Amino acid sequence: MFARGLKRKCAEDEEAAPAYSLQRQSLLDMSLVKLQLCHMLVEPNLCRSVLIANTVRQIQEEMTQDGSWCVPVPQTAGRASRDRLVSTEILCRSAREGARPAPDPGDPASELQVVPAAQAPGVPPGGVWDGDGPRENRGSFHKSLDQIFETLESQSPGAVEELFSDVDGSYYDLDAVLTGMVGGAKSGQDGLEAFASTAAPPPSAGCKSDLGELDHVVEILVET
Amino acid sequence: MEEPEQGFAAGRHTCRPGILPGPTRVSSPQDDTWNWCVYLGHTMVLQPSERHYGDWNHRRLGPWCSPTGSPAPLSCETGCGEGSWILVCRLLVPTQVSLLSMEEDIDTRKINNSFLRDHSYATEADIISTVEFNHTGELLATGDKGGRVVIFQREQESKNQVHRRGEYNVYSTFQSHEPEFDYLKSLEIEEKINKIRWLPQQNAAYFLLSTNDKTVKLWKVSERDKRPEGYNLKDEEGRLRDPATITTLRVPVLRPMDLMVEATPRRVFANAHTYHINSISVNSDYETYMSADDLRINLWNFEITNQSFNIVDIKPANMEELTEVITAAEFHPHHCNTFVYSSSKGTIRLCDMRASALCDRHTKFFEEPEDPSNRSFFSEIISSISDVKFSHSGRYIMTRDYLTVKVWDLNMENRPIETYQVHDYLRSKLCSLYENDCIFDKFECVWNGSDSVIMTGSYNNFFRMFDRNTKRDVTLEASRENSKPRAILKPRKVCVGGKRRKDEISVDSLDFSKKILHTAWHPSENIIAVAATNNLYIFQDKVN
Repeated sequence: MFARGLKRKCAEDEEAAPAYSLQRQSLLDMSLVKLQLCHMLVEPNLCRSVLIANTVRQIQEEMTQDGSWCVPVPQTAGRASRDRLVSTEILCRSAREGARPAPDPGDPASELQVVPAAQAPGVPPGGVWDGDGPRENRGSFHKSLDQIFETLESQSPGAVEELFSDVDGSYYDLDAVLTGMVGGAKSGQDGLEAFASTAAPPPSAGCKSDLGELDHVVEILVET
Repeated sequence: MEEPEQGFAAGRHTCRPGILPGPTRVSSPQDDTWNWCVYLGHTMVLQPSERHYGDWNHRRLGPWCSPTGSPAPLSCETGCGEGSWILVCRLLVPTQVSLLSMEEDIDTRKINNSFLRDHSYATEADIISTVEFNHTGELLATGDKGGRVVIFQREQESKNQVHRRGEYNVYSTFQSHEPEFDYLKSLEIEEKINKIRWLPQQNAAYFLLSTNDKTVKLWKVSERDKRPEGYNLKDEEGRLRDPATITTLRVPVLRPMDLMVEATPRRVFANAHTYHINSISVNSDYETYMSADDLRINLWNFEITNQSFNIVDIKPANMEELTEVITAAEFHPHHCNTFVYSSSKGTIRLCDMRASALCDRHTKFFEEPEDPSNRSFFSEIISSISDVKFSHSGRYIMTRDYLTVKVWDLNMENRPIETYQVHDYLRSKLCSLYENDCIFDKFECVWNGSDSVIMTGSYNNFFRMFDRNTKRDVTLEASRENSKPRAILKPRKVCVGGKRRKDEISVDSLDFSKKILHTAWHPSENIIAVAATNNLYIFQDKVN
């Protein structure tokens, strides 16, 4: 993962930073999975979705400010900013020095949506989800994520339906969407861009928008 | 259990709860298997379940009041007609019997100010989702995930047993909400009862509001202990008499009958909420009430069901900009124009309905500045307020977020006047709690009658009480294994580190599936109701 290649300026953070970044990435992934694997039969809990989406936004903002967001150009070289959000565990450790002030809401990065790749300015499509990322990251994935992804990628796209097997017949569309998605994603960039343009906001109630997020899950599979 | 002598004809029946008198047999249409309903001094009533037709493992049982004499066949008067089968599960029921039976008094010790367990009602039914005493404390209502409401009534105190205060017995049970299907969205609407609120009693009947995610219903619970007898045109079973056989006329008289408690829906307030209703609150004028969902709050008049006023709307024009939702709302106990609502960002807004029709501008805004040393990715989630309650005096509000309970003075908006740590040892576990979704659990909080003690739930079937005056707190546990009836509850302690003492429990041993989200406190006495998953515990203060 690109974060590993980036060395922090501050010596004391050198060892902690990669682990922190990995854990932060893991939290981001967990959050995105949570947003996507919501109950289809019953309306998703809006409060929960909003809270998770806000968490995702926070992480993305921090990653952008850290420069972890950009793949090719390490922008953090000159940055002395150590004001990062305090985490729990490694994401949960006790307070570090220099807690950062809340990110400026006017920051364009704060408009990042659930699909970061599409909207972050200056970031090539794919961003975090590109090529090496997930593969390298595999070992550090949170356990639950691992299980989910193993299930998903070892079987045919139709198996994704089994994940939602408690969904009733009203989800005929899912298959078609997933098949379409797999086909589309194979074209790489195009698929991502097409996908990016259908980015759906997490808190909206209703099935159709949730499908947009499901696409994202499949996207990850296909890319790896 | 003895075999009852009388069965009744097989066929399709719909049975309203509370009607079935005496022990009865039910047979299945398919295979003539006989299954018992429970008889335990309280006759169990069986509720039909269309969804689970043919599923013998599912049962929806409701307790009933005292049995009548001879069993009688189901009849038209008792609300039977075409419909689904009454379903019974024989296996589970006998275990319920022992749990529901009233235990004998143990010789009690004289200890001051301790809470002891009265008795517990284990219903094996769905998870309890709300608990609420009425304004006098005489009735206690619970709602569950299956859409049922069970009402308990306090026994009249008897002169012989001065030391034993009235216990709560089942008074009525009814199916408040059924699962629905929203065809437009292809989504199921859960029948789970989110909240119950009582109306103050104005006549012999009791009224309560119960709500699921979308629909609020006003229920009337009334007693019937007399029935008319001696009709001229009908005989005793309700069959029409041949007019030619009628030779005399008589005046029907009211004869006493066994007490029957019936619940009827008087109003249904539907189709006003796009999002899930999380709160209802009866106004102090007793003519209006409000219902709040994630983004809007509506004001209703009890008499008008096809119209409501929208008084708060925080839905952004573009849903992609949504970052905050309403989590709870309540009317001021005395000022009928004032209400508060809490948000997922940890803020409370107090609104005055006189200011404008749409209360988008708050009168007061309560928010505590964030503690920078505690900031993390989970800060916002744990600051989300899950419950807000006015004190009985109306001077304070109490809020519950994931780790703390806070008391606010209405006159001070910039910070709470008191903060109580419920389970701060979870702060280092937030990542795991986020992963298993426990961090989204919505705990409620309650005041005691004098506003001096506050109570809220935690995990491992623990619940906590904080005395605002003495600043002492206690952790108690609601579980069958650890308490016998009339036994004094022992304070529990969670060990956060270092050596664990004998009675302490370590943080890692806590059972996060056993959470106490719903509790209630009697309005004037020290009696509390604690819902632990599908068990309801009633504790009272030990009297000398």
